[in-house]
Amino acid sequence: MSEVLVFAEHKNGHLPKTTLVALGAGLELAAKYGTKCVAVVAGDGIEEVATRVAGYGVAAVVMLEHPALKNYVADAHAQALAALVKELGVQFVLASATAVGKDLMPRLAARLGAPMASEVVAFGDEGTLIRPTYAGNALATVELSGPVKVITVRSTAFEVAAPSENAAPVRKVDAAIDPSALKTELVSFEETKSERPQLTEARIVVSGGRGLKSGENFKTVLEPLVDAMGAAMGASRAAVDAGFVPNDLQVGQTGKVVAPELYVAVGISGAIQHLAGMKDSKVIVAINKDEEAPIFSVADFGLVADLFKAVPEMVEEVKKLKQS
Amino acid sequence: MKILVPTKRVPDPATNIQVLPDGSGIATENIKWVINPFDEIAIEEALRVKERLGSGEVVLAAIGQQSWQEQLRTGLAMGADRAILVLSESALDSLGIASVLAKIAADEQPDLVIMGKQAIDDDSNQVGQMLAEMLGWPQATFASKVEIKERRCTVVREVDGGLETLAFTLPGVITTDLRLNEPRYASLPGIMKARKKELKEVPAESLGVDLTPLLKVKELRAPSKRQAGRKVASAAELVSVLHSEAKLI
Ligand SMILES: Cc1cc2nc3c(=O)[nH]c(=O)nc-3n(C[C@H](O)[C@H](O)[C@H](O)COP(=O)(O)OP(=O)(O)OC[C@H]3O[C@@H](n4cnc5c(N)ncnc54)[C@H](O)[C@@H]3O)c2cc1C
Repeated sequence: MSEVLVFAEHKNGHLPKTTLVALGAGLELAAKYGTKCVAVVAGDGIEEVATRVAGYGVAAVVMLEHPALKNYVADAHAQALAALVKELGVQFVLASATAVGKDLMPRLAARLGAPMASEVVAFGDEGTLIRPTYAGNALATVELSGPVKVITVRSTAFEVAAPSENAAPVRKVDAAIDPSALKTELVSFEETKSERPQLTEARIVVSGGRGLKSGENFKTVLEPLVDAMGAAMGASRAAVDAGFVPNDLQVGQTGKVVAPELYVAVGISGAIQHLAGMKDSKVIVAINKDEEAPIFSVADFGLVADLFKAVPEMVEEVKKLKQS
Repeated sequence: MKILVPTKRVPDPATNIQVLPDGSGIATENIKWVINPFDEIAIEEALRVKERLGSGEVVLAAIGQQSWQEQLRTGLAMGADRAILVLSESALDSLGIASVLAKIAADEQPDLVIMGKQAIDDDSNQVGQMLAEMLGWPQATFASKVEIKERRCTVVREVDGGLETLAFTLPGVITTDLRLNEPRYASLPGIMKARKKELKEVPAESLGVDLTPLLKVKELRAPSKRQAGRKVASAAELVSVLHSEAKLI
């Protein structure tokens, strides 16, 4: 058998867009190799979410259950998945390059003695994979060898799986876990609460940089624009490092990679590490008082202005539009 | 407490990377080589742990060419105690690097491994997790805070949707995120002292580890460049083009 196994990450029963992209990429890869795409959902009491995954065109869903899989922890998940991969004899294991995917898949690869390609953006010819390196300054064509290959995919590079008419069969498997090998304790999770769209799912992203100067200005100046546009909020590393906004808003080489229909960069200079996370957006707008700022070299529409004047004006204009 | 800090030599993050026309790699003349920024954070954290405990040893490791001595000396000048350079002329993949590090860990028996979450050249973000699995140790990746009491290690991690706290009993592997600390600069006395510190070179072949890469880079290409668009004169014009021309709002 040579199948593609997609790790379908879920958050408390919810399927984020990144998971639907992983399924979409898995289906694409399976079609390329003329093989089947199977999804695995891991957890405890996950029947409902497993059933939902079965409705996205996959050939089958494995519901991998164990109390130790209730919350995501790398060692338990890597153990359980490795045993499943061996049982199924799959050729590719694929996940989205989310925080969980990045944490889990290399550990799984090492357990399987399998090579891994991170953040794949396209499937090339003759079994090759394309992935960005050097903060997106080079695209590498890589080749993996061995019976099993592990891949994470960039969620901006593939289409989401479409819902199918027929639901795939769901099979429950009791995960093989040796409790004595579990050495990590999940102590707590401090959630960043937000009513706004998810950064990786939004149609419009408005990001702020050091130019905003304070967390207070993010609230009073940038957030009105974010909300008027119904956007998700992002930030540069400088803004996160300075504590203006929480860490999971960082866009860039070492943060989140986004490619919305519209990306608005406010008070962001456009360092290469930031561009790595947003330069595939459909339309890019930059607002910066320095006309030499590198962000303008990738912007479709640039406004050279003081953001503290321009952003409130934009909010007024957007509101006027919405009323008319 | 013995802490092992694996490091990699990479182009300075401010470098304008140029892909060679034949696709075999990047142009390396005029590149300033530095310690991978995430590894610098790892060295800093290891030094802080040692300083807090008042005793311990920080051992650097790298797998590369002779020229990598320079970056290891910089790490020693920051305050690390000694360094191991595993010499390999051929390109290893992440599994190969992790295997070499696992062998070093078996020989050195560190209590903790702290390393960068990703190298800013290949951007793979794999080796720490692979090493943890090979050693059968717990892992705490993308760390923004580390606390060690007795043998108990608590790590705050930057994950999607917030901050997660993990705990484990040593030994374990931690990979660093940007906000863990701000690395110190090497002081002049530090640089002087570093010259006398041990930097051991070991040929990779002597380790008895299978280094055959299962991942091969066949080609590098420059991505297509995005064209700059046009400037607008005012916020009102900007909103108007986004509405009527781009049809986005
Ligand atoms: C290993 C490594 C990884 C990194 N990863 C990332 C990453 O993932 N994401 C990321 O973003 N960065 C990353 N960086 C950092 C990156 O190199 C830049 O330092 C960072 O992106 C700069 O953020 P900024 O544009 O907000 O700040 P700055 O570069 O300081 O730019 C601020 C901009 O605001 C403008 N400005 C100031 N005041 C006003 C005003 N009143 N009106 C209008 N404009 C104004 C200025 O003209 C300037 O262009 C990384 C760096 C390294 C070394």
